[in-house]
Amino acid sequence: MSTAIDVRSVVKHYGTMTALHQVSMAIRDNEFFTLLGPSGCGKTTLLRCIAGFESVSGGDILLYGRDIATLEPNYRPVNTVFQQYALFPHMSVLDNVAFGLKMKGVGLAERRARAGKMLEMVHLSAFADRMPSQLSGGQQQRVALARALAPEPKVLLLDEPLSALDLKLRQAMRVELKTLQEQTGITFIFVTHDQEEALTMSDRIAVMSQGRVQQIGTAREIYEAPNNRFVADFIGETNLLEVEVVTASGGMAEVVLPGGHRLRCAAADTTPGRHHLSIRPERLSIAAEGPLTGTVERVVYLGTDLQLLTRLPDGAPFTLRLQNSARTQVPEPGSTVSLQLEDGAARLLVD
Amino acid sequence: MKGVRHYPGFLILTLGCLLVLYAPLVVVTIYSFNDSSSITSWGGFSLRWYVDVLTGPESARFAAAAWNSITIAVLAATASTAIAVAAALAMIRSGRFRGKSATYALINLPLLVPEIVTAVATLIFFSVIGLTTGYLTILIAHVTFCIPFAYLPIAARLSGIEEVYEQAARDLYATRTQAFWLILLPLMMPGVVSGYLLAFIISLDDFIITNFVKGAGMETLPTAIFGSVKQGIKPNIMAISTVMLAVSVLFVSLSYLVNRIGQKTRT
Amino acid sequence: MAGGVLPPPSNRGGTGWGPLRVPLLIPTWVMIGIFLLLPVLLMAVYSFLTKEFRGGVIWDFTLAAYDQFFFDRGLFGDEPPVIEWTYISIFWRSIWQAGVATLACLLVGFPTAWFIATRAPAQRTVWLFLITIPYWVNLLIRTVSLKFLIRDNGPLNEALIGLGLLDHPLPLVNTNLAVQLGLFYSYLPFMVLPIYAAVERYNFALSEAASDLYAGRWTILREIVLPMVRPGIVAGCILVFVPSLGAFLAPDLLGGAKTYMIGSLIDEQFKGSQGNWPFGAAIAVILMTMVLMVLMAQARAALKGERK
Repeated sequence: MSTAIDVRSVVKHYGTMTALHQVSMAIRDNEFFTLLGPSGCGKTTLLRCIAGFESVSGGDILLYGRDIATLEPNYRPVNTVFQQYALFPHMSVLDNVAFGLKMKGVGLAERRARAGKMLEMVHLSAFADRMPSQLSGGQQQRVALARALAPEPKVLLLDEPLSALDLKLRQAMRVELKTLQEQTGITFIFVTHDQEEALTMSDRIAVMSQGRVQQIGTAREIYEAPNNRFVADFIGETNLLEVEVVTASGGMAEVVLPGGHRLRCAAADTTPGRHHLSIRPERLSIAAEGPLTGTVERVVYLGTDLQLLTRLPDGAPFTLRLQNSARTQVPEPGSTVSLQLEDGAARLLVD
Repeated sequence: MKGVRHYPGFLILTLGCLLVLYAPLVVVTIYSFNDSSSITSWGGFSLRWYVDVLTGPESARFAAAAWNSITIAVLAATASTAIAVAAALAMIRSGRFRGKSATYALINLPLLVPEIVTAVATLIFFSVIGLTTGYLTILIAHVTFCIPFAYLPIAARLSGIEEVYEQAARDLYATRTQAFWLILLPLMMPGVVSGYLLAFIISLDDFIITNFVKGAGMETLPTAIFGSVKQGIKPNIMAISTVMLAVSVLFVSLSYLVNRIGQKTRT
Repeated sequence: MAGGVLPPPSNRGGTGWGPLRVPLLIPTWVMIGIFLLLPVLLMAVYSFLTKEFRGGVIWDFTLAAYDQFFFDRGLFGDEPPVIEWTYISIFWRSIWQAGVATLACLLVGFPTAWFIATRAPAQRTVWLFLITIPYWVNLLIRTVSLKFLIRDNGPLNEALIGLGLLDHPLPLVNTNLAVQLGLFYSYLPFMVLPIYAAVERYNFALSEAASDLYAGRWTILREIVLPMVRPGIVAGCILVFVPSLGAFLAPDLLGGAKTYMIGSLIDEQFKGSQGNWPFGAAIAVILMTMVLMVLMAQARAALKGERK
């Protein structure tokens, strides 16, 4: 599989502030790749560097092997779907979609036909002559997509495109986006701070924080095998326990839990010493006997699930999620319970 | 109790304010249609003073003055609008830079210096550099003091247009020049039109500065009217005044409408 | 220092206009710098030159113009100097006239601005539009119209006599009152607009809170509203006072010899062979200095207000 975008040690400074520290990643051809992280993590800056709206302070950006880092945006065969869509308010929907083709010198008849086809693809043929202001948010979003896809870019960049939509529409658009990506075979680079969005659509995800890439992997990899505390904590819910590592080798480790029990678990690239252990709340159960004991403080009813807020003997809060079925035994607040870990529930982190 | 926003008598004062502002204009407009040669008595409705302006003994003088006024206003408004668009792009789209606040002060300088001082200073300057006062000196002075009037609406509009539209255009293969002409300028247009119209009126209306730098034998409409009025208010002056009043109201209304339409297209 | 660090350059490949900044600003710098800033500085130099007959100047530096303004040395200039009151009193009259006009504008302009700002938003634009239209009408035409309206046998006097309120016409033209009315009428919109802007930003919940705490309507106005909208009031007063001070048309057309103001005095120095350019320049410099002092006082007060 060839590499569509190769980001090599990209650095971006704003004055004395560094927005990107030596960021590297190889985004594959025909991949739905997501940059995920909290606001200010550098994901949008990286996207803008790829689009050409920001210059890089150091490093290279290769598009199918060609360095594009110094090209102006109009010479880069990548297109962007902007967060607020940025549809040209003085042009009709069709003219918006045809704009890129017009700039590339495509003749009137052909660009109208191709723009029309793009509108068909996003189910908006009937709105070709409307002005952007006459469309709903969801429709504007689809026009923005059609406009960015019309010139057949090698890579499509999407900057939090769903954040302005309401929940229902957002969920529908996720499916539509994924379908579009598979239909067109274009590489998508998708920026979001919403982990659910990232997990449901992406082939691979790069989790970013403070201008650095924390981990790159499939949804399953970053959820089930997080490298560090940031990733474990940012993706989903987790319990972080500080533990003593006895031995660590070959991706496995033996650690001492707060209660004194020893546990063998999967590990990131760790050395012996004190590290954090991540235990997912839904991979725990109440049993007659287990390596951890907790005092139940509160039971929160969540519909499909029950959340148990407990405290370990050393005072650390510890959360469980139990499926809400008829057979679930709900302990009383104040009672002490033994907690059993499923296989692979715990993972030792690098920090 | 009508709430804390209401104060008794404020409505009356507002209406009084409008009465003071409009009464003289309304009265002159009415009397411009007076058939009588005397300005004191009403002799019935007639357009004779409008005809007099066009064909009467002073018509040649007024025609020449009107031609000067209009051509100067068109040229001054065009030049100052172009200058203001360039300045607004630099002030609003190029980040912070050294000398930005000084430049901002310079743009607003024509508004801060009393008109009579501008007039004196400009006259002295032209006399020192040896430029004969006349059409060209009026034009230069007008371009200069029209810049802030053109700048204000243009800058206001431009700062309301997000940079993302230009970025979207560049992303879709437009060059910098294409992005400006096809995207940014059309979006700025309401501000540009508004600024142009205001600059046009300001130039057309100016008396004090023009009076200083016009030189002998050169007249614009305001200086011609002033010359006539010095000998007493005649009905034909009221007819000219009414026409100029109508032009001003028309232009300001246009500028206002353009801005309102512009607000609707803002996304 | 953080202020010395430039913000992110919008990008050499982006949409920023940074690289074009200088060429974009050159026309502005040239036009206003050369044709206004430079002339104002030159005017200051001119005020120290020696007058020649027939309106010209000799490039010999002298304080004669300022001396003429402040001191009387007798007909032949050989008597001991005493203070010359002629010009100082014209300045004083200008300040007085401008002050009265400003006060009148404030007393009418504040209620008007308040009234407009408390309308529904759609109505506000209409009211504001009505207030601003006269400003865009030629000042000369407006002043002539006012003169036409208030002259001895003009429509105003005829209407008052017709209504039986007066026996014989009230002589208004060529009085101080006429000039004040002219200035009031010329610059009223300048008072309304900044006060309107301030009142529009005013949070009416403050009035309601004061009212809830037993303050009456006029107490609220004095204790809460006026301090809050003060910057708008100050801006309005300056916008009326400054142009009134140097006004030419209102005193020239509505006033007479007794109501002579700075504008006419300056104008006279540049007319025909009677003129005295260095003296005219000196008067303009003194006027400009006064205006600058007012503006700087306001800027300092505004800065202080911001720091608070």
